[in-house]
Amino acid sequence: MGSRASSLLREEDIEEIKKETGFSHSQITRLYSRFHSLDKGENGALSREDFQRIPELAINPLGDRIINAFFPEGEDQVNFRGFMRTLAHFRPVEDNEKNKDPTAEPLNSRNNKLLFAFRLYDLDRDDKISRDELLQVLRMMVGVNISDEQLGSIADRTIQEADTNGDMSISFSEFIKVLEKVDVEQKMSIRFLH
Amino acid sequence: PGRQSGSLRAPNPGKQTLLWLVEVVKPFSLLLFLFLVFHFSQRFTTVVPESCVLIILGLVLGGIVLIANKKQLYQLDPGLFFLFLLPTIVGDAGYFMPARFCLYGAKMAGVIDDNVEAGLMEFLLFGALISAVDPVAVLAVFEEVHVNEMLFIIVFGESLLNDAVTVVLYKVYISFVEVGPGNVLTADYFKGVASFLIVSIGGTLVGLIFAVILAFITRFTKKVRIIEPLFVFLLVYLAYLTAELFSLSAILSMTFCGIGCNKYVEANISQKSRTTVKYTMKTLASIAETIIFIFLGISAVDKSKWAWDTGLVSCTLIFIFVFRAMGVVGQTWILNKFRLIPLEKIDQVVMSYGGLRGAVAFALVVLLDGEQVKAKDYFVATTIVVVFFTVMFQGLTIKPLVKWLKVPRSTNRKPTINEEIHERAFDHILAAVEDIAGLSGYHHWRDKWEQFDKNYLSKLLMRKSVYCKSELWEAYQKINIRDAISVIDQGGNILTSARLSLPSMASRTSFPEVTNVTNYLRENGSGVCLDLQVIDTNPGAKVEEETETHHFLAGNLYKPRRRYQSPYSRHFMTLGDQERQDREVFQRNMRNRLESFKSTHYKRHKKDRSQKKARSHHRLSHLRLLLTPRVKPTKSQLKGELSEPEKDEDVGITFVARKAAETPKERPKSVPAALEVCQSPSVAPPSPTCGEKNLPWKEGIGALPPCVSVEATKIIPIDLQQAWNQSISSLESLASPPVPQEPQHPRVSALHRLSVPPRPPVPPPPSRAKFQFPAWKDEEEEGTLSQQHREMQPLMPSLRPPPPPPPPSSAQSSGKRRNPCVYLRSLVTTPPSGSMPHSRGPTQL
Repeated sequence: MGSRASSLLREEDIEEIKKETGFSHSQITRLYSRFHSLDKGENGALSREDFQRIPELAINPLGDRIINAFFPEGEDQVNFRGFMRTLAHFRPVEDNEKNKDPTAEPLNSRNNKLLFAFRLYDLDRDDKISRDELLQVLRMMVGVNISDEQLGSIADRTIQEADTNGDMSISFSEFIKVLEKVDVEQKMSIRFLH
Repeated sequence: PGRQSGSLRAPNPGKQTLLWLVEVVKPFSLLLFLFLVFHFSQRFTTVVPESCVLIILGLVLGGIVLIANKKQLYQLDPGLFFLFLLPTIVGDAGYFMPARFCLYGAKMAGVIDDNVEAGLMEFLLFGALISAVDPVAVLAVFEEVHVNEMLFIIVFGESLLNDAVTVVLYKVYISFVEVGPGNVLTADYFKGVASFLIVSIGGTLVGLIFAVILAFITRFTKKVRIIEPLFVFLLVYLAYLTAELFSLSAILSMTFCGIGCNKYVEANISQKSRTTVKYTMKTLASIAETIIFIFLGISAVDKSKWAWDTGLVSCTLIFIFVFRAMGVVGQTWILNKFRLIPLEKIDQVVMSYGGLRGAVAFALVVLLDGEQVKAKDYFVATTIVVVFFTVMFQGLTIKPLVKWLKVPRSTNRKPTINEEIHERAFDHILAAVEDIAGLSGYHHWRDKWEQFDKNYLSKLLMRKSVYCKSELWEAYQKINIRDAISVIDQGGNILTSARLSLPSMASRTSFPEVTNVTNYLRENGSGVCLDLQVIDTNPGAKVEEETETHHFLAGNLYKPRRRYQSPYSRHFMTLGDQERQDREVFQRNMRNRLESFKSTHYKRHKKDRSQKKARSHHRLSHLRLLLTPRVKPTKSQLKGELSEPEKDEDVGITFVARKAAETPKERPKSVPAALEVCQSPSVAPPSPTCGEKNLPWKEGIGALPPCVSVEATKIIPIDLQQAWNQSISSLESLASPPVPQEPQHPRVSALHRLSVPPRPPVPPPPSRAKFQFPAWKDEEEEGTLSQQHREMQPLMPSLRPPPPPPPPSSAQSSGKRRNPCVYLRSLVTTPPSGSMPHSRGPTQL
């Protein structure tokens, strides 16, 4: 399968993706064959249903949110470039690239990792997590036996804890601040196979 | 040697009474013990390994008996052990072993077993039996401390297979010993190796053959549910006996019989039989292990049974430790050459240290023949010491050790609520991205096997109707009652709220508390009641409340998917939680998908409403027909439990298309697939279009028996698989990708090309799996649409139900009750307020 899949992928594309995302050549071909196997319509792009067909996602509480994160605003297709760009957020930060290029922030920087998570909450993209948005995510993540009052008070508490400017919502900077002690680099990284 | 000696003796009358008393006390103490262990173990075993408790109890019991009688009464009998105790333990392990583990297990098990090697035959024998590692305690520790998933699998596999392998080795060595060390030639060693291979492979084969037989038998037990568990037990046990008969490895045979038949048997037998089998197996295995451990304690007290030799004991202790460490390091070194993710140092330490010796080793050493193995008493003593040492000392210290090794990096600071929530979210995100990137392992051979399994084995061994059995489905639906209600309740909000694409999960606040189901569920819910409003007014309780919130969150947040969270334990069935969570999440997700699908189209509908009101209406009624939730004929059974009028459908999942437009040429191409899934008897056989033939899920459905997609079987609990398939197929057939924003999206235009039928009375155009709902996709293109519309026009009036829409066709026939279809239809069809009030239906409660 590898040979067929990689033959569809042109070398210069690989180079570009490599530059943009930092994946290695073999990682890109490997992920391309994955992409290819997900692409049931065989049109070089994934639709939401293609993602929804992954059975594991059906039992992931945030599955559909994450699917949405793969799609650029307003689009319902994602090509291999976009697919890789999203996945690149989860590449582990390697030691040798930490201070390699300070001008262009790589996709897998701490900030970008956090931004990815932030966007899952922030549905209306106003760069704030409102109480409502938080509640929705919380409801997805807890069992059915928690009442709404309980959940509501947890949401209030969460916002209170993070909110510094008193607008009863969590902005991205507040989000970063509240998670500053967390090892995001490690927690939001996947070991991609080489 | 080992002989049940209690009944043979008849000393003076006083003693007799005492003896009798002891006999009576025995079951009581067993009972007491069982109660103790199983009642407190959840809490207790987090500190003290289960086996420790067992041994201590055995010691106590043995002490009592010894005081009473001065002579040991109970001893292990080889017959008893090999015919009853061992089979139960092994059978349990085999049956509950997830298939994926067995490969790794096989890899590992062979190696650890030669830890202790001494020159003499007897020591070889001893080495074989002393190396039986009992990892149950280790696994318990592994769960708590974060451990590499791979490590978990390895130790797990080792645990399951090495009991078996040890016994095989033991038998081989014992035959050596019988021959006598002087007579063993070099050739005999090779023969030994060869016979080991034959014995194990033969045993495995016998096991697999019996697995097939068993699966095949259970296929035909539909009428006689009550004997299903009996078949399972008997055949598994028969596998054991048959292998024993041919001097093959009975243990391996049994293990593989369990592994092999599990999938098919689980699918074939009824829910109740399944539960019976599960619990009986667990019970028997627990009892067997308990008995062995108690024997261990008893014989430790009895001096006549063992002889002490300090040199041997200390050497053994040192050697088992050193050799295990060496074995582990050596193997991981080799393994790491082939592995993408190497096993780290800490894993190796844990594996070496986790070599707890357990009940099997002890049982085997006691069963040695004292005539042939002169040093038996020494061995017994050593084994007892080793078991004590490893179980007590290592078992108790391993957790602190792991913690100590792990701790340096993390601080003691308590996480804030934010951190807790977001980190959990990170975990879910990671799990999802891993799944998307397909990192959870792709194996060519595994896929091949699954293909084979799906095409041939399942067809042969599984009941045809197995996935259409409604009782599984019912059980599942009961769980979902509440969510079904909330969907209905939310319905209004969703359709009238501005943010249509965000089905608000939180809108349940509006949910009236009076409904019985809710109250019931709430009572059953978590005992932690967080009345934060009250506490907030009291600043002093702030700290307390923080802790409580943490506690609360930690207990109730969904756990991320991790394979090592469904560990095997001899005494507990741990699957419950994970399964429940999977269910909840699964159906929630399905509902969301459906809702976003609905709202998407609703939005479109709204957009076009002004100029195309009439047509939209047609389209909606069309959708209404398609989106009728499946009505279960058996639903009435639930009636008694619900005072709510028939809201028991889980609308989120059971959406299937029903006989919408009967004429093939009118029907959207993929509907028939969904139709077949629900097996509506009244459906006219759909004319197969080429599109249908190409549909991925189509093959499975056409051949009906296992209509489970290959992928889904790995993940989704077996009784959810039907739901999964239905939702996938119906989503695929119903949901076109959400609103294409730019009209000239490449795919849309592609669809246009595909969807324009040449002329009305022409067979449906070839369509691809992706393509659905021509009438909807093409809204931008007036020409196509009006054409299709015209096609539809004559049919629509007859198809459309009267304004307060009663369930059409089969829904109607299934009863006069008002069912969720009505609600749903009202959801689907409710136009923006005011525009079409008549179609709102009489559905407001």
